[in-house]
Amino acid sequence: MVKKLEKVEVVIVGSGWVGGIAAAELTKAGHKVVILERGKNKKHEDFIGTKDELRYSKRYDLMQELNKDTITSRNSIDKEAMPVRNNMNARLGNHTGGAGVHWNGLAFRWLPYDFEIYSKTVERYGKDKIPKESTMQDWGITYDELEPYYDKYEKTAAISGEESPLGPPRSDKYPLPPMKETPAIRLFTEATKNLGYHPYRIPSANASQTYTNPDGETINGCVYCAFCEEYGCDFGAKADPIITVLATAQKTGNLEIRNDSFVNRVSHDGKKAIGLVYTDTNTGEVFEQPADIVVLAGFVFTNTRLLLTSKIGQPYNPKTGQGMIGKNFTGHFSNLSTYIGARGFFENKKFNNFMGTGGLGATIDDFSGDYEDHTNLDFLHGYEVHYSQLGTRPIAHNSVPEGTPGWGKEFKKQSLKYFNRNLFITAQSGFLPNKDTYMDLDPTYKDALGNPLLRVTVTYAKQDIARAKAGVARCAEIMKEMGADTMNVDVVKDDTVFDHKFYTDHFFGGAIMGADPATSAVNTYSQMWDMENLFVVGGSSFPHTGNYNPTVTIGAFAYRAAEGMITYLKEGGNLATKQLEKNA
Amino acid sequence: MADKQLPSKENGKTEHQQDLSRRSFLKNTGLVAGGLVGGSLFGGLITGGLDKKDQHNGETENAHPNKGYEAFQARQFFTREHDFKLLMASTEQILPEDELGPGAIKLGVPYYIDKQLAGRWGINGYDYRQGPFVANLDKSDQTAGPGGEQSILDRGSLFLLGLRKMDEESQKRFSIPFDEASEEQQIEIMTDFEANNVKMKGVKASEFFILLKQATLEGAYSDPLYGGNVNMEGWKMKEFPGAQASYASYIEHDEFKKLDPISLRDYQGH
Repeated sequence: MVKKLEKVEVVIVGSGWVGGIAAAELTKAGHKVVILERGKNKKHEDFIGTKDELRYSKRYDLMQELNKDTITSRNSIDKEAMPVRNNMNARLGNHTGGAGVHWNGLAFRWLPYDFEIYSKTVERYGKDKIPKESTMQDWGITYDELEPYYDKYEKTAAISGEESPLGPPRSDKYPLPPMKETPAIRLFTEATKNLGYHPYRIPSANASQTYTNPDGETINGCVYCAFCEEYGCDFGAKADPIITVLATAQKTGNLEIRNDSFVNRVSHDGKKAIGLVYTDTNTGEVFEQPADIVVLAGFVFTNTRLLLTSKIGQPYNPKTGQGMIGKNFTGHFSNLSTYIGARGFFENKKFNNFMGTGGLGATIDDFSGDYEDHTNLDFLHGYEVHYSQLGTRPIAHNSVPEGTPGWGKEFKKQSLKYFNRNLFITAQSGFLPNKDTYMDLDPTYKDALGNPLLRVTVTYAKQDIARAKAGVARCAEIMKEMGADTMNVDVVKDDTVFDHKFYTDHFFGGAIMGADPATSAVNTYSQMWDMENLFVVGGSSFPHTGNYNPTVTIGAFAYRAAEGMITYLKEGGNLATKQLEKNA
Repeated sequence: MADKQLPSKENGKTEHQQDLSRRSFLKNTGLVAGGLVGGSLFGGLITGGLDKKDQHNGETENAHPNKGYEAFQARQFFTREHDFKLLMASTEQILPEDELGPGAIKLGVPYYIDKQLAGRWGINGYDYRQGPFVANLDKSDQTAGPGGEQSILDRGSLFLLGLRKMDEESQKRFSIPFDEASEEQQIEIMTDFEANNVKMKGVKASEFFILLKQATLEGAYSDPLYGGNVNMEGWKMKEFPGAQASYASYIEHDEFKKLDPISLRDYQGH
């Protein structure tokens, strides 16, 4: 029995950065918004005094409760998928603020190359350079068109940084200067300069100074306590949705957040979305919340599954290449990117490794995107190499030089010795979409409410392995220059397959954007081509993944989508078509 | 509230008194005299002390000395004392006591694991637990199962199976219980578990080993509130200073900063 509620103007799935940004912009413009959040109510108060590695980093207190809902995973379209049963393989956001609460705060923009990847590749290398399996495509928008939204997000989120020597043009500098410089950052910077590269400080959402954003919300100056990733900030010094956009929306009196509300499907008549059907997980009651516009602002998996279970759009079929929903799943996969690189051990240097903050570090862009000439390389896109001092914690960090036993006397001795005598640098690489890497509904497994789980299939192409190898080799080159006495360098084997780890939380696709309804699910305002009052916003709209952390780009597209929603509430119609008419 | 005070009234006796009453129980029932039942009951009463010395002093006035941490320890999950001894022996091999500091036992690791297995983690409370469960993983999928992630067994069952299998191996190879085997013998068996050279039902020996090692490190280095890392000795060995409010005034400096560790009990301050 579904109880129908009174209609509101806007109903949103999810209270993370995307839902928060949409809510802030819509409520400021006077619209009434309801957010349905599956997780618990969280306030800044929940994060005060909880620097607890076991609770947050090993028991995943802020992550999705997989007993209620998870995904299934397989690494070939010929196999049966297995459910992801434990958070050690999937750190997916949950609760008020979503993954925006427990992020590290690495705050990069993506490159002009990313948004026009197909055209720019063909222009520079010719059509033959594009691998057969690739389904890479332009995004239907340019960096210059997106730039004002980037600027807006950076100002909301107190981004601290300095301009990349190689980076794309900016309309304004970062709102705050970079964070403090540490000895290890100095070492990385000197080494990369010696090698002829162009180091700069990683832009961060950990604020280098106390800052008040244009909405009047204050983000405190970071104290480098080293509990960022997987944690809510003790001090309100990391920009998250709770202390920024959700606070802004709540002040208007136009926002209602309903926690413990698990959305099962979008109700619709085939042409228009009617609302959201959800279960109150405190009572088991099922409600339908009708609205003028419906916004899917969940993670990639949530957005894609809701479209599939609601039978909106055509599901992607890898055998025929037809259909859009579920297509172009990409990400930063743990055994190709982000968690692999070179770890250096130092006999005569000791570092304060336990101090730090999520986005603290230095990086080089020399091998990002298409900066490097790929004419003689066997891959497209690139990798970003960085040292980041997010703070080492003692349960997770027991690194020992290769050849040391993994337990016992020698392990104890070496793991204690090197806890503050090792540094790690990593390469985060782009990943290009291919026809066999996609999402659909699992035929077997169900969530706690009986909905089918989303099934994720990931197949690596040769070029993904080649790119990862190149990234790791670069890490080793730099670590050697940094003066490490010995090094552990990760090995990427030719036959590496997807390892079922959804650990980076950087995943994309399923409802990708574009300029043409034939090759995309949404336009660049994240508005569904097939259903104009339905907006599907976030990483789900990205046709591929670049080599940088995604949050700032997700934030920028959320601001653009919010602008589109406000226009739509006034005028209706397809926003992409309107823009063309306006420009004509 | 009256009923909230009740337990503390009931437990209002000093530990010394409790100890005396236990011993008079033993004397009155004659269980101390020996025999299987008496032996196991006797053993169960003295595991409150982590220190092996306590076992020898079991009958003295100071069997439960007021030692703070240790005085509050008792088993929540493990019902058989022998299983707990297997846990003590195996975790100590993973993180042995040496000149650098205490090993797993003195760090409270066995009691930490016992508490964890008695709670949500031990029954995989936040994990997806619906079937079908895949018994045999394809080679390329084995990374999906560290610690037996795809197993139908929960962590509590995995620990009991794994520890008892270690004991069985020790009996088979050396005709001696695992906890009484020599260091070399224990290491030999554990090395074979790590390399998956021992066949187990329901889970791979190597997966159990990963779980055991992970839980040992957690017990050694988590905040003392969970029952391990006694007196923050794990952190002291590692030069990790715990829950410090701020490093803003040191983080730019070249020299290594040694700080006394702070626990969450200290940090939260209430």
